[in-house]
Amino acid sequence: MDEIMSKNNSEYLIERNDNVYEVVIGLEVHAQVTSNSKLFSSSSTKFGAEPNTQVSLVDAAFPGMLPVINEFCVKQAIKTGIGLKAKINNKSVFDRKNYFYADLPQGYQISQYKYPIVGEGNVILDMPEGQKQVGIERLHLEQDAGKSIHDIDPSNTLVDLNRSGVALMEIVSKPDLRSPDEVNAYIKKLRSIMRYLGTCDGNMQEGSLRADVNVSVRIKGSTDLGTRCEIKNVNSIKFMQMAIIYEANRQVDLIEEGQEIDQETRLFDTKKNETRSMRSKEDAHDYRYFPDPDLLPLEVTNEFIDKLKSEIPELPDDKKKRFIDEFKVSPYDATILVSDIDTAKYFEEVIAKMGKNRDMKLAVNWITGELFAVLNEKNIEIAQSPISAKNLAKLINLIKNGTISGKIAKTIFELMLDGDIDPQIIVEEKGLKQESDPKALEALIDKIINDNREKAIEYKQGKEKLFGFFVGQAMKASGGKANPQLINEILKKKL
Amino acid sequence: MSEITSLTLYELIKNIKEKKISSNEAAKSFVDRAEKSKKINVYVTENFENCLKLSKEFDDKPNFDLKLPGIPIAVKDLFCTNEVRTTAGSNILNNFVPTYESTVTQNIWNEGGILLGKLNCDEFAMGSSNETSFFGNVQNPIAEDLVPGGSSGGSSAALAANLTPVTIGTDTGGSIRQPASFTGTVGLKPTYGSCSRYGIVAFASSLDQAGPMSKDVKDSSILLEVISSFDKKDSTSIDFKRNNYSSELTRNIKGLKIGIPKEYRVDGMPDEIEKLWKKGIEYAKDCGAEIIDISLPHTSYALPTYYIVAPAEASSNLARYDGVKYGLRSSGKNLIDMYEKTRSEGFGEEVKRRVMIGTYVLSSGYYDAYYLKAQKVRQLIKQDFDQAYNKVDAILTPSTPSSAFKIGEKSNDPVSMYLNDIFTVPVNLAGLPGISIPAGVDKNNYPLGLQIIGKPFDEQTVLNIAYSMEEKINYKNNITDWWMK
Repeated sequence: MDEIMSKNNSEYLIERNDNVYEVVIGLEVHAQVTSNSKLFSSSSTKFGAEPNTQVSLVDAAFPGMLPVINEFCVKQAIKTGIGLKAKINNKSVFDRKNYFYADLPQGYQISQYKYPIVGEGNVILDMPEGQKQVGIERLHLEQDAGKSIHDIDPSNTLVDLNRSGVALMEIVSKPDLRSPDEVNAYIKKLRSIMRYLGTCDGNMQEGSLRADVNVSVRIKGSTDLGTRCEIKNVNSIKFMQMAIIYEANRQVDLIEEGQEIDQETRLFDTKKNETRSMRSKEDAHDYRYFPDPDLLPLEVTNEFIDKLKSEIPELPDDKKKRFIDEFKVSPYDATILVSDIDTAKYFEEVIAKMGKNRDMKLAVNWITGELFAVLNEKNIEIAQSPISAKNLAKLINLIKNGTISGKIAKTIFELMLDGDIDPQIIVEEKGLKQESDPKALEALIDKIINDNREKAIEYKQGKEKLFGFFVGQAMKASGGKANPQLINEILKKKL
Repeated sequence: MSEITSLTLYELIKNIKEKKISSNEAAKSFVDRAEKSKKINVYVTENFENCLKLSKEFDDKPNFDLKLPGIPIAVKDLFCTNEVRTTAGSNILNNFVPTYESTVTQNIWNEGGILLGKLNCDEFAMGSSNETSFFGNVQNPIAEDLVPGGSSGGSSAALAANLTPVTIGTDTGGSIRQPASFTGTVGLKPTYGSCSRYGIVAFASSLDQAGPMSKDVKDSSILLEVISSFDKKDSTSIDFKRNNYSSELTRNIKGLKIGIPKEYRVDGMPDEIEKLWKKGIEYAKDCGAEIIDISLPHTSYALPTYYIVAPAEASSNLARYDGVKYGLRSSGKNLIDMYEKTRSEGFGEEVKRRVMIGTYVLSSGYYDAYYLKAQKVRQLIKQDFDQAYNKVDAILTPSTPSSAFKIGEKSNDPVSMYLNDIFTVPVNLAGLPGISIPAGVDKNNYPLGLQIIGKPFDEQTVLNIAYSMEEKINYKNNITDWWMK
């Protein structure tokens, strides 16, 4: 592991009248467990189905219906806990969180309150200035609620219970985050770990990952925590960052005006870019938590946990270390390559297909450069890459063994996009093989010098920048295929 | 042969198997008698036509290997029955028709039982006299204007009035045993986890348990064998080896040690209860049991503990009746208004009282003082029994501190009503099996019951002791069919 950052340049500071404030942020991330069925019923969890088509009698809380824990979801939560280097609790308890709402059929949410399944852990953030450790307070399992739809019928609220009972992991961080940048890195890291584990797809558009953001401010250097506000249910990193900036500045303004900050729950209005009070501490719900008598305490043995540990794949931090040690990739590149499991898989496949005489630097540059640019442009994930790892490896090897120049490679890359074409075939069909025969190149250069006598004389008299002109002419004459290194050598000799 | 409706379950099964009576004849007899017995108001929903039809189907293709071959059975209206209205005695479920079947009733139909109808009960099983039902009072067949007990009051009355050969109730704090005691019938609450709670309208989940109610002990053993099963759909269901309760039933209880807890001698207990208990002890001795004095020191805390735990769970269990998904919905200006109107109109006074108590004891700032403390006391009560069972095999107590009272006598005094459960509640808190058997009468000739409490999962011993004592007691109800006159 790199050294834990001592100087934090990612810090977000607010200066007002000679006072410097820092912002203290803690996140409660709600991550939907990747599972075919719900936490306490066998209904499907598939996203985007017709309203109320994935609802069992249990999900709709019919009389006499009882919850039965889905063991797969428990395993997923434990795996995530292992990924967060956290303590897995052998005994945890499901509680009822009681409140009335139209999309909460039971009139309570089954959650874990005093005894969560996962205890303290941590995640490492890779910030530009080094690594930072963020503490995890706990992870617990809970049910999602349904969805109230207010904008279809003018006088009624409609309820869709497809989401009702879907398993969520609530991952609570310690108040260790200090800036919107760190929040960005934290969410991405959490998502990365869970995607490696296959425990949450991290899809924020579909609501698989959302967060409540706790924000407070304090004079930089102070160790006391200020009064915090909780911003509920923010569903994109960008909105989280905007909400934090707005909220932190609002709190600083209040303090500077000599006012108190009320501990309250706030909403982020994405259109107006502001947070608004939702309810004060006095109005806070009394959830009347108590252990759900329909469920026994959840007990997991050490053997059960160990078995899951043995199924954990290599996680981003370890993979990064291996990429650095084994492939001599720079820490910066390694961070990028491991951040997404599919990118890491792609990279490793390219390396494998490149064979013995592989060029790591070329591989990294082609993936993070050309390929990423195409993916960005097409707005697709690497899993849907139009060029397979196998063919990209071939292309890189063609550069490495001198068959083609880097410049030609870019042309070939463009052509490969149209149906993942084998670069070897493109080279052969289009005759793009690099000209590396010194005799042929000498003849070509002799002709160019001959045709441009005056310029050759000027060069010899000291106008050195004309060298580039001759290189250009030579490349042009060869149709871009000439080996640039050889051209340089021959030109130097002949001029 | 005596009338079909007055036969015990065992006798009825025997007659059907021997083809002396057809299932349809049996069904007809019970339906006919029910038509003449509307006055006692046991049925919330009749399933007579369907029962007659199904009994005919049984007779056409009889299967005598079943444990309840073509037997018509009425059940408490707390069990969800597929396509048959299930109300839990409440206005809020007045029009609720489930699309599913409770495990316990399914077990009965699987063994050849046929649903006669749904029996009246206290609203959401909250009551000891059947007076909280939205569907009106039930008359105790013993005497006019007497309560049948509760909450399984429709069940006990139907049994005593010979309107069903056997029935099932649910027991959260005594709701099977107390009405059995009040009607001179037998009622067994099994160990918590024996009978699945799946499909039973929940009152207090950690206490609710279904059980058989019958005219005699043997019938309870037959029905328990049918309804007790491990069920993956109920996480609190327990996978233990269940006995063949009826075939293992024996009157040989020689040498069994029966404990007499001194704490059950409560202040103000009528002499006749004390006398009944002493008589019971003599019967037990006559049967060959050894009587041992024991102490259950935390007994006096059981009732207050129960009246914290049960309402707390109920307040949460009943939150689902909100007018959104099924059942009654009153119109309101907005969501909150709709909730308030629906629940105000849908729930009766006793249910509201318990929801309020339950909400209060779970509230922030009160949780530790009430709910948490009650849970701790509950553990102590359980430990009392654990320790007692180091010395004895079962415990003998009265079932109730009095005989049946008049309708209206206690309905305005909830605390005196709650005192009815004083001997039964500790058994639920400890999750133990307990049976009430008729053991005598009071000065008005109203029945009185004795309770036998067993070790966890030891229903067999409980049944054996009851079976043995039943023979010595030789109690017979004297029902005059006064409601038909």
